[in-house]
Amino acid sequence: MADVNRGNRPLSPHLQIYRPQLTSITSILTRITGNALLISGLLIVWWFLAASYGPEAFATADGVLTSWFGDLVLALSVLGLWYHTLAGVRHLIWDTGRGFEIETAEKLGWACLGGSVLLTLITLIAV
Amino acid sequence: MVQLTLPKNSRITTGKTWPKPEGAKNVRKFQIYRWNPDDGKNPCVDTYFVDLDTCGPMILDALIKIKNEIDPTLTFRRSCREGICGSCAMNIDGINTLACIYGMDEVKGDVKIYPLPHMPVVKDLIPDLTHFYAQHASIMPWLETKTNTPAKEWKQSVEDREKLDGLYECVMCACCSTSCPSYWWNGDRYLGPAALLHAYRWIIDSRDEATGERLDELEDPFKLYRCHTIMNCAKTCPKGLNPAKAIGSIKKMMVERHV
Repeated sequence: MADVNRGNRPLSPHLQIYRPQLTSITSILTRITGNALLISGLLIVWWFLAASYGPEAFATADGVLTSWFGDLVLALSVLGLWYHTLAGVRHLIWDTGRGFEIETAEKLGWACLGGSVLLTLITLIAV
Repeated sequence: MVQLTLPKNSRITTGKTWPKPEGAKNVRKFQIYRWNPDDGKNPCVDTYFVDLDTCGPMILDALIKIKNEIDPTLTFRRSCREGICGSCAMNIDGINTLACIYGMDEVKGDVKIYPLPHMPVVKDLIPDLTHFYAQHASIMPWLETKTNTPAKEWKQSVEDREKLDGLYECVMCACCSTSCPSYWWNGDRYLGPAALLHAYRWIIDSRDEATGERLDELEDPFKLYRCHTIMNCAKTCPKGLNPAKAIGSIKKMMVERHV
């Protein structure tokens, strides 16, 4: 829009110096969990595909996904799924024009963080 | 585009440690970003010691004291010293604020001062705000009318005037826009919280007759919709305004006019 960088002007530091805020952390977590869930989704797809492919293929996929490492990844995926869902609900609330006061927004942030942990524990106990 | 690290010419080195004031008992350590366009070196962080017993209570008081008594080359903008001009906006202790209304007692430990984040630096604590101002100008920050100008004045009810509260107070210090990660990564095309708050200030002005055109202008994947409600803007605004809320209101109006 305007000729900004005349000469060799340095860029002032940004991420390096800006203090993380509850609202900024819960925002970036939404994006991180969203992207991570894509990988989780692919793992589940692999599981189903292997099941339709044959017993040997299924044994391999099932072996990986039900190993301790597979359990860990899928348990974290449940956490990510709950977090992303709650953060999505928070965005729906914002879309109605509500919840923008800092105090409310921070409460919603804590609700996403705490709620996702709680719902993950309930899910893991129930399953 | 997201670039998490600083470009080569912007990496910060350790600078000079200036001598402590003699005989001072109540000393505070300041670490301040320096860049001189004339010496061809990278930016650095200088260390200063200020005698608080002979200094005013605000961060700006300390900066002026450093400039007067320790290092006259330290460069920063300041004017009104009471939070109404917006000149002394800078990053203090990790958040953007006005040095004149931010108390030294609000900072724990050493006081770290940088220019407003992710901006081209003119010198030391002075960022280049050319693009920021151009974005403000682009939202038409004036009353647009089509009907004939009334003989006396454009009238507004008390209720309609109240809709401008929390918007008109913005002093364009750029604290909010430069706190916004979306503005860091896409500031070339995303208008940022300050310009959008001003846009909303005119959109909901009952006297303005260009609401539709204003919304048309903002209906763009970048100009408006790079706001992801990160809310650093509202958290950091030294005037206590809420640009995130204003942007949310614009987004809501965008939906409402299509249904």
